[in-house]
Amino acid sequence: MEKTILEVNHLKKDYYVGEVTVHALKGINLKILHGEFVAILGASGSGKSTMLNILGCLDKPTDGEYKLDDVIVNGMKKNELAGLRNSKLGFVFQAYNLLPRTTALENVELPLYYNNKVRSKERRERAIKALEAVGLGDRIHHMPNQLSGGQQQRVAIARSLVNDPVVILADEPTGNLDTRTSYEILELFQELNDKGKTIVMVTHEPDIARLTKRNVVFRDGHIQKEFTVENRLIASDILKTLPVENETK
Amino acid sequence: MNYSNLIKIAGQALLQNKFRAFLTMLGIIIGVGSVIAMLGIGQGSKKSIQDQMSKMGTNLVFIVPASQQRGGIMFGNTNARSLKLTDVEALRRECQDISAVSPEVRSSGQAVYGNQNWPTTIYGGNDEYFGIRKIDIVSGRNFTDREIRSMAKVCLVGQTVIENLWGEGSDPVGLTIRFKNIPFKIIGVLGEKGDQSFGQDQDDVIIAPYTTVQKRILAIDYIQSIYTSAVSEDRTAEAIKEIEETLRREHKIKESEENDFRIMSQSELVTTFTSVSDILTTLLGAIAGISLLVGGIGIMNIMLVSVTERTREIGLRMSVGGRGMDIMMQFLVESMLLSIFGGAIGILLGILATKIIGSVMSWPVVVMSQAVILAFVVCTAIGIFFGWYPARKAANLNPIDAIRYE
Repeated sequence: MEKTILEVNHLKKDYYVGEVTVHALKGINLKILHGEFVAILGASGSGKSTMLNILGCLDKPTDGEYKLDDVIVNGMKKNELAGLRNSKLGFVFQAYNLLPRTTALENVELPLYYNNKVRSKERRERAIKALEAVGLGDRIHHMPNQLSGGQQQRVAIARSLVNDPVVILADEPTGNLDTRTSYEILELFQELNDKGKTIVMVTHEPDIARLTKRNVVFRDGHIQKEFTVENRLIASDILKTLPVENETK
Repeated sequence: MNYSNLIKIAGQALLQNKFRAFLTMLGIIIGVGSVIAMLGIGQGSKKSIQDQMSKMGTNLVFIVPASQQRGGIMFGNTNARSLKLTDVEALRRECQDISAVSPEVRSSGQAVYGNQNWPTTIYGGNDEYFGIRKIDIVSGRNFTDREIRSMAKVCLVGQTVIENLWGEGSDPVGLTIRFKNIPFKIIGVLGEKGDQSFGQDQDDVIIAPYTTVQKRILAIDYIQSIYTSAVSEDRTAEAIKEIEETLRREHKIKESEENDFRIMSQSELVTTFTSVSDILTTLLGAIAGISLLVGGIGIMNIMLVSVTERTREIGLRMSVGGRGMDIMMQFLVESMLLSIFGGAIGILLGILATKIIGSVMSWPVVVMSQAVILAFVVCTAIGIFFGWYPARKAANLNPIDAIRYE
């Protein structure tokens, strides 16, 4: 029986916009086990982004319980949440969010700067290893403006791995990428997942969602349905069928 | 987050935009540099005056008529007539604590030799005058009693007069010059008194017997000042008391009346001049300090802009585990690095400017180590004070909104 990494019970989140209260999440129950690759789907306003923000300890629920790796998160203060983000979570964003005029190596090292236990030598080594794991071992001193969109997202993924998190949270990671590059990124995710990384990905593209193992569909603040993906697609197979459009730098 | 990481992060952030960092520091650099330079010039003038004063002799006591002192500054209106030659005699007779006394009269005018002329001042004294004022006679001789009694038209000349009438290094003993159209035979040359300080050039003088200047040039029977030398520096206070008693008696001043003269000792003069110098220094320093304030405001301005520009970056840092405190400390350290580094450059430039001004303008300058330390402390404070508000703003950003900021 695999360990439960994320567990959410009766989770609610309300926003106050002026005088109006928006019920973004109306009671979510969700469990994600170690080794899963879950896609969270839904239209705009369905609550999927809010869900990811709470899972990512960037936001606090209004009600309900959230357990991350057996730690109860909901009562925690800002600083404790920051500590969890550093040690247990890895983020990948749609817009990569790399520091400009900073090398790939320094970008990947960033989370380790906020980790007091890691010294500079270990920090560098871990960052290099993470970049090698995503296939960018030969570009560690490149600046973001010297990298393609796909390569920048790989750097972001390496950054999310560097603190050895229990789960990677990805928010529309392929949103800014063309079709081929999107599948390359999914190929990387599938590789990491095969090696044992738990990944939760928010997406609005059903095609992309078919490469994951389980889909959870949000609608109006509820989970409308969730199912295991039958005949899961493998990214490397799809890539073989796609024409090569752009040259990789 | 530990301190070395903090400084590294802040340093990296600043290095990302070196030109902007430099522009921001410019305000501090100019502010600190000018404070150092202003203080250096001000303090230099003070030190130079102090050095001058001590060269004049520490037992110097001189008396001037009371009205000259109203401004608190020496050598004002010389028309007051309360001092007479009989005062000089009385002091010589009755004061045990003084070792020499001389009257002084003076007049400004044109000194002429051949086709050269030079505006200068002639001073009249007796033969003790030179010793009291510590003026050396390097060639020729002092006047004799006879020459004093006969109002002889003889004089000794200072180095600046020589330079302008004959050229540096000449020895004009035996020649005759004209002062205010009166011919004077030069019987001696005065030694150089040294650096110029704010005030008269001490070498721009002609000295003649007081009788000559009094009668032939000024046509007065009173005298303008009395110079005396106390027996020793320790006895200056007693000397001043004796002088006051004697002169009050001579002038028949009643108990309740004020003196119609003013006694100044060299140490009092030092105090007056140095307090003027201090005021000057403070004023200059304050003006320069204002530019430092403006530099600090510049830092705050840029830090605020920087926070807004880097909102997404701040959101990202928070998402990978940066706490509010980490973010705030980062921006505070950035601000402090700007102000301290700017301060260091400003100090170096200020010292450089001080030395350059000193040598170009031939002004005495002193680099105050207290000013340097003070500048460092002030810069650190400026960095913290003006960086505080932007840093707090950064720390209080909501990571979710920040990371999506356009």
